[in-house]
Amino acid sequence: MERVPVLKIGDILLVSIQIDMEDQVALQLQEDLADRIVATGCHGVIIDISALDIVDSFVGRTLATIAAISKVLDAETVVVGMRPAVAITLVELGLSLPGIRTALNVELGMELLARVRVDHFDDDDEEDAGATGTPAASDS
Amino acid sequence: MTLSADEAARFAALLEEHQESLVTTWTEHVASTLRGRLSHAELQRQNSELRRGFRQALAGSAQDLAGEPAAELRAQLAELSATRARQGFTATETAVSIFSFKDAVLTTIDAASGGDAIALRDYVAFSSFVDEAALFTFDSYVRVREELIADQAEQLLELSTPVVKLWEGVVAVPLVGTLDSARAQVVMERLLQTLVDTGSPYAIIDITGVPAVDTQVAQHVLKTVVAARLMGADCIISGIRPQIAQTIVALGIEFGDIATKASLADALRYVLAKAGQTKQKRREL
Repeated sequence: MERVPVLKIGDILLVSIQIDMEDQVALQLQEDLADRIVATGCHGVIIDISALDIVDSFVGRTLATIAAISKVLDAETVVVGMRPAVAITLVELGLSLPGIRTALNVELGMELLARVRVDHFDDDDEEDAGATGTPAASDS
Repeated sequence: MTLSADEAARFAALLEEHQESLVTTWTEHVASTLRGRLSHAELQRQNSELRRGFRQALAGSAQDLAGEPAAELRAQLAELSATRARQGFTATETAVSIFSFKDAVLTTIDAASGGDAIALRDYVAFSSFVDEAALFTFDSYVRVREELIADQAEQLLELSTPVVKLWEGVVAVPLVGTLDSARAQVVMERLLQTLVDTGSPYAIIDITGVPAVDTQVAQHVLKTVVAARLMGADCIISGIRPQIAQTIVALGIEFGDIATKASLADALRYVLAKAGQTKQKRREL
């Protein structure tokens, strides 16, 4: 089975998905990422999906699960590079991927992560309220 | 009623013999219906070409307009209809141009044979042939006009949805005109593509030029905003006129946590303040 590589860059784990996201691949990625976050102690995860033509509901849910898992392990997840066609399809399907941070490209994703960390140090009490550089998509 | 071979031959001879007077009478008829919107010389040229087309078709013993001998005539008629349609003549004016050929032929037959029975039968047969030709121009005319309309609709779609870069990292879409599903789709695709191409994290959708906002329009705008957020960009809606604000509230449309501003200037100020905060935080780090 194909595997998605997880690269460590500084304090960030970078995952660039270049293959078709089958269900097994997605689940394997979820496991690998959890392992790597614990092993490296990184505080940020960037998942680049710019090569993905199709994001189905399962992959969408897996992304949300990954975000939740990394949150538990004190790492923020940003999904970057979603294609316009994918975004339109998700909206038409009514999937707005709640709870997932997004950015246009890897660079902006890294900025967003840096901002989130600053907010963490600034005020630990209000970390959620302050970290909405790009707010989570609304349900409407 | 189709033309028999010898009727066609007799007419071909007639058209050849009286070509001068035929074309002149015909041109006068057409000129009177078009009221000087085409020059006399131009009409004369068109008609004499058409006469040649008719003669050729009949000399090739065409029984009706569908056959092989009339192919060239058909091409001429299609060409004529296309030109007239583009020049803005009505369908009637175009068809009458052909119908009046019958009047010209009738005048010529009257003068030549004095109205005997054979000439009359010939004329009726020929007349139905011309009718067919005129109907053909009508069809071609309608087809060309439809193409024109489709082209213009497409051009309008292209023109009416520009995405402009307002500031470093800020793009704006000034929406002008009614927002139907097709346009909303184009706007959405173009905005999202521009976000990717320019890497702008902020987009302003300005609806100053949208005459009315109903639930459907709101739905389209909301979808665009949600799609942009999925990609990691923040959208602000601006240009909400007082009337529109009242409609939105009356319809119970919820914009949720999407920022809405009264003017484009407000929206830009808001975005710049937000981007400024971001930069400041990064420096603190």
